[in-house]
Amino acid sequence: MNFVPFHKYGTPKYFYSWSLALRPWLGGACVLLFIAGLIGGLFLAPTDYQQGESFRIIYVHVPAAWMSLFIYIVMASAGACGLIWHVKLADIVARACAPLGAWFTFLALFTGSLWGKPMWGTYWVWDARLTSELILLFLYLGYIALQGAIDDRRTAARAGAILAIVGTVNIPIVHYSVEWWNTLHQGPTVSKLDAPSMDTSMLIPLLIMALAYNLYFVAVLFERVRCEILEFERNTNWVKELTRDKGVV
Amino acid sequence: MNDALNAARAVALRDLKRHLRRRQDLVQPVVFFVIVVTLFAIAVGPDAAIFAKIAPAGVWVAVLLATTINLDAMFLSDYQDGTIEQLLLSPAPLPLLVASKIFAHWCATAGPQIAISIVVAIVLGLEGPVVSALAATLILGSPILSLVGAIASALTVGLRGGAMLQALIILPLYMPTLIFGTAAMHNAALDLPISAEIYFLAGLGVMAVSLAPFAAAMALRIRLS
Repeated sequence: MNFVPFHKYGTPKYFYSWSLALRPWLGGACVLLFIAGLIGGLFLAPTDYQQGESFRIIYVHVPAAWMSLFIYIVMASAGACGLIWHVKLADIVARACAPLGAWFTFLALFTGSLWGKPMWGTYWVWDARLTSELILLFLYLGYIALQGAIDDRRTAARAGAILAIVGTVNIPIVHYSVEWWNTLHQGPTVSKLDAPSMDTSMLIPLLIMALAYNLYFVAVLFERVRCEILEFERNTNWVKELTRDKGVV
Repeated sequence: MNDALNAARAVALRDLKRHLRRRQDLVQPVVFFVIVVTLFAIAVGPDAAIFAKIAPAGVWVAVLLATTINLDAMFLSDYQDGTIEQLLLSPAPLPLLVASKIFAHWCATAGPQIAISIVVAIVLGLEGPVVSALAATLILGSPILSLVGAIASALTVGLRGGAMLQALIILPLYMPTLIFGTAAMHNAALDLPISAEIYFLAGLGVMAVSLAPFAAAMALRIRLS
């Protein structure tokens, strides 16, 4: 009996209606938080005594790196839900996560290398974090390629779920082995992200930006999931009624 | 229980026979491996000092590429002639049967691979400790490559562009094995102990043996559903 509410809100039809009702709130909160975080980060936060103004790239870089891992975990968990309990919505969510995660990973790598140029004097170092982030991007690309190669959506979602779960087991191994490899070869690279502590005035905008990124992810994810649902369920009555009401038929 | 073990043994024996009868499957990866190492050597140039430094990298990357190319042989022909479907229908647990298929594939491919790698390493002038480090890491590492590769092979079996896709999926997952394998050789070249890398590889191997057959079996079920 406990599963009834989840079952109800988890069906594509109900998800479609409640996520549509949520859309303005999510989008509005996301935009407001972005404005607040950017003003806080770019204007209000004090200049770093060591890195000067260029430290401010942290406000786009670090949340993107956090999101890249977080989305992978969401993707793998949604895939596992779809695999174990055959929740159709979970399959759709997992599929929709992949391109978002890949772009966040790319954004983290891109802003990271832009930050690396003034700080380290080079766009790229084989630092442990950079390397494992790059491998994470490869994992996302492999997932997307596998999804693209299998025509049947259900099979694609379930095969992708296996790959995502295997990848999740691998991420910590890859991370620690790369860290070890790195220290073995070059000695520890100074990682600016390991700065011991941050002043509160710098930290608060960062947390606001992280929240804004999260809301952006959820809003865009819901948008993608709704599109997939319409495509997936195009032959059901409720979608036909919906399109008739809007005069799309 | 006994029935399951008998079935597993039968699958392993059948696969071993099949691999041994198709000699080109055994020979081609070895030739490919030698060609990749030669390409490396030509690209680096004849300077022996530089070459000794990057030979471990060349040998290990060649091993990874040859293994990846060879993974097709694990499930593809059985998928095409319907043998996999019979395995799915069998009352014996599928992960066990998949494990014996992986074992047969590993026996048939890793043996020649390890032997030729050692020969190539000696011919390239690597020193004794480095060669033995290579042998040790290959013996421990090649089962990991076969086991993890089986997952990707099962996921992509019978897909268009399957081989490319398989390489794309599998190579990032091979990263830890590559790191420990080459690290052991670098340490051996400097007369440093290599036990840490060996233990790490053994740990990864235990993990792969205990988890990969289940993932590969599940992947096969999904692909054939």
